[in-house]
Amino acid sequence: MTTTKPLLGAPTARLEAREKVTGTARYATDYPTDRTAYAWPVPATVVRGEITAIDATAALADPAVLAVLSHQNAPRLRETDDPFVTVLQSPRINHRGQYVALAVATSLEAARAAAEAIRVTYRCEPHDVVLTPDHPGLYKPDEVGVGMPADREHGDFDTTYANARVRIDVVYETPALHNHPMEPHSATALWDGDELTVYDSNQDSSGVQQALARLFGLAADKVHVVNEHVGGGFGSKGSARAPVVLAAMAARTVRRPVKLALPRNQLAATIGYRAPTIQRIRVGADAEGHIHALAHELVTQTATVGEFVEFAAVPTRTMYHAPHSRTTHRVTRLDVPAPSWMRAPGECPGMFALESAMDELALACGLDPVELRLRNEPTVEPDTGLPYSSRHLVECLREGARRFGWHDRDARIATSREGRFLIGSGVAASTYPAFVMPSHAEAHAAADGGYEVRVSASDIGTGARTVLAQIAAEALGVPLDSVRVRVGSSDLPPASVAGGSSGTASWGWPVHKACTELRRRLAECGHAVPEQGITVAADIAEELDDREDFARHAFGAQFAEVQVDPVTGETRVRRLLGVFAAGRILNPRTARSQFIGGMTMGLGMALLEGSTMDREFGDYAERDLASYHVPACADVPEIDVHWIDEEDPHLNPMGSKGIGEIGIVGTAAAIANAVHHATGVRLRALPIHPDALLTRLADQLGLA
Amino acid sequence: MGAMTAVTLNVNGERFSRELDNRTTLLDLLREHAHLSGVKKGCDHGQCGACTVLLDGRRVNSCLLLAVAMDGTEITTIEGLSDGTTLHPLQRAFVDHDAFQCGFCTPGQICSAVGAIAEARAGWPSAVTAHDAPPGPVELTVPEVRERMSGNLCRCGAYVNIVSAVREVAR
Repeated sequence: MTTTKPLLGAPTARLEAREKVTGTARYATDYPTDRTAYAWPVPATVVRGEITAIDATAALADPAVLAVLSHQNAPRLRETDDPFVTVLQSPRINHRGQYVALAVATSLEAARAAAEAIRVTYRCEPHDVVLTPDHPGLYKPDEVGVGMPADREHGDFDTTYANARVRIDVVYETPALHNHPMEPHSATALWDGDELTVYDSNQDSSGVQQALARLFGLAADKVHVVNEHVGGGFGSKGSARAPVVLAAMAARTVRRPVKLALPRNQLAATIGYRAPTIQRIRVGADAEGHIHALAHELVTQTATVGEFVEFAAVPTRTMYHAPHSRTTHRVTRLDVPAPSWMRAPGECPGMFALESAMDELALACGLDPVELRLRNEPTVEPDTGLPYSSRHLVECLREGARRFGWHDRDARIATSREGRFLIGSGVAASTYPAFVMPSHAEAHAAADGGYEVRVSASDIGTGARTVLAQIAAEALGVPLDSVRVRVGSSDLPPASVAGGSSGTASWGWPVHKACTELRRRLAECGHAVPEQGITVAADIAEELDDREDFARHAFGAQFAEVQVDPVTGETRVRRLLGVFAAGRILNPRTARSQFIGGMTMGLGMALLEGSTMDREFGDYAERDLASYHVPACADVPEIDVHWIDEEDPHLNPMGSKGIGEIGIVGTAAAIANAVHHATGVRLRALPIHPDALLTRLADQLGLA
Repeated sequence: MGAMTAVTLNVNGERFSRELDNRTTLLDLLREHAHLSGVKKGCDHGQCGACTVLLDGRRVNSCLLLAVAMDGTEITTIEGLSDGTTLHPLQRAFVDHDAFQCGFCTPGQICSAVGAIAEARAGWPSAVTAHDAPPGPVELTVPEVRERMSGNLCRCGAYVNIVSAVREVAR
């Protein structure tokens, strides 16, 4: 019953790999159902106002059309302040693209045609959809993220900054960014009397179960949420979205199973997005590059319903030693779709600004950008004064610089050329908190010698079920193939969201605990397992309460080499290299893929991604994958990923930090810094598109 | 009710015959009528490649084709690539190189790679093939694979591993 090689740290292939390459892995709309009906949502075509009439006559003329739902006839939902699930309950329009009706038919084609045939009349009101740095509606939110203060102030920033030898005062902007998982938000809903089963594309089956139970006034055990396989989420499936609610409403109305997959061009308005940010950074330093004063002041937008603040000034509270500091968040309510989580909310846009400013400071001080960061390494977390459970940013920077060949580069600006291309390199740091959330799990030993681990974890492509099997097998001291892992259903012991890079810690911990106890029980009974087996349940509430206070974060360093074509203004990334310190890496194979994936999305943020608010029509102009450019295969170079062996006893029994998000943090800054090194042009607004770069390049190179 | 037309095609070696709404796409025929849910709908507009299948041996975006126009064709989907329990070499390579995460784009990526390798063998140039390249099979270098696989988006960002997987099989 013992294994020779440790399972934790082994590059185990994904347990569901075979299903995924043969097409048998089932996603939300892949489950066969009888008498299936199809639903197609109708978005509002005005920005703000009220529905005055809905004419479904033409739509209902087709006998294939089973129902047209709107606020006039849709099932009533219990009240909630969640804008994503409050659908078809009121004539009020809060943003363009908000759902106003739903066509349900016996075929997809009929549902789609019916949706187009529904006539909605509105009374319109003036709208305001454009974020400006001095918007009159800006206010200080009560908190940002989960319970973090909007503002923090240490020492005397203003005086120290005013007296600093070197001062940087710059404003960075990031556009609205869209998650666009490859699987659009989708659900299949079936009612059996008062019992609801949904196959839903989400990152949190327990959370969606709770939400549906509340909305439909059901006991939680009457709601079954299955998310066996999820086609990506990147935050946008972290809680219930409209499709699962609409499908459940429609299924109840037409008394058939209903499938609903959102059309791609409706995602930008209905599933959340990363809100645009305007970030002012001021750094006051001495001539040796020691930071004395640091301010990061953020302006962003939220919707008129709900509140989500892209908490981009938060990473500045943990990155660098700065005795006098200020971090603030201001937000304004616009008539826009509700923003929400997108991969590394806060850290991702915030570190673009901070790490670009560090590059500017390094140049102002005449210092190497790696050296500047080493000089400002804190001994305790600057904001809280807490010791770090582990912090190896310095090691990441040094190791990355060595592997990248950083010190061999010509540090002078706009001097390296290869043919007609301008060549440059840049560096940036990465950080992301090591979160853990309360979760439950069960471990079961069967009489036949097999084991089963049950936890309502969500494997959205992270490799969660694989790493949980590794954790379980190692804790049990048994071979990997004797452990069956059951995830992806709210019928399993409740567990937390696949978000905040917290999955492995939050689910793995109770799995480890249950398996450790099961192993003890098995030893106690001499492995005489009764016919019904032995089941051990565990949760980690007590362990979380008893945790010592530490600042727990993963860190990393990213290096980029770019080439800029001075004729076209096109930037291409030639190399990306990341070195991370993220605790113990439990599965190097899936971990490497996640780091690479995050960096790939970061490359998209730097060079390709961004959408523009249409001030007249009140929605994002780039709503599909032809106009909103995510990286394609040809955009992505070789990406080299490494990590530091980091032992941290203050995390969880596995010693792991999350790795799902840190890869996207810092990439955009490293690339933008490389573009500056190549060209001398500092573009402070992303993405770095050829048109923006070309104009400035002409000035810079004296071609104007 | 939309106008209906009878269609017969061969899907993964089996005859499939059905009276279908004229508005039905090949993608919806495969998913909703033939119950081959391995074919994925990512955008329904030919922008993402998740619905890629092989039509008479060539890769196509099945969301852009009307089913009624497919009468008499041979379609191969991801379900038709493996030989019983033996994986197609590209399926094996995708597993070995961890060339996916969420897996939603994977069936399309693999079908597209089958098509891309056949196109290169048949000597079809791509945008990165040298203008003075001799006629005949095109070697699938890293830039060639990146270019030829760029019709299949992967938001998880598995491209680096996808390129390795495709090159291994193309050798």
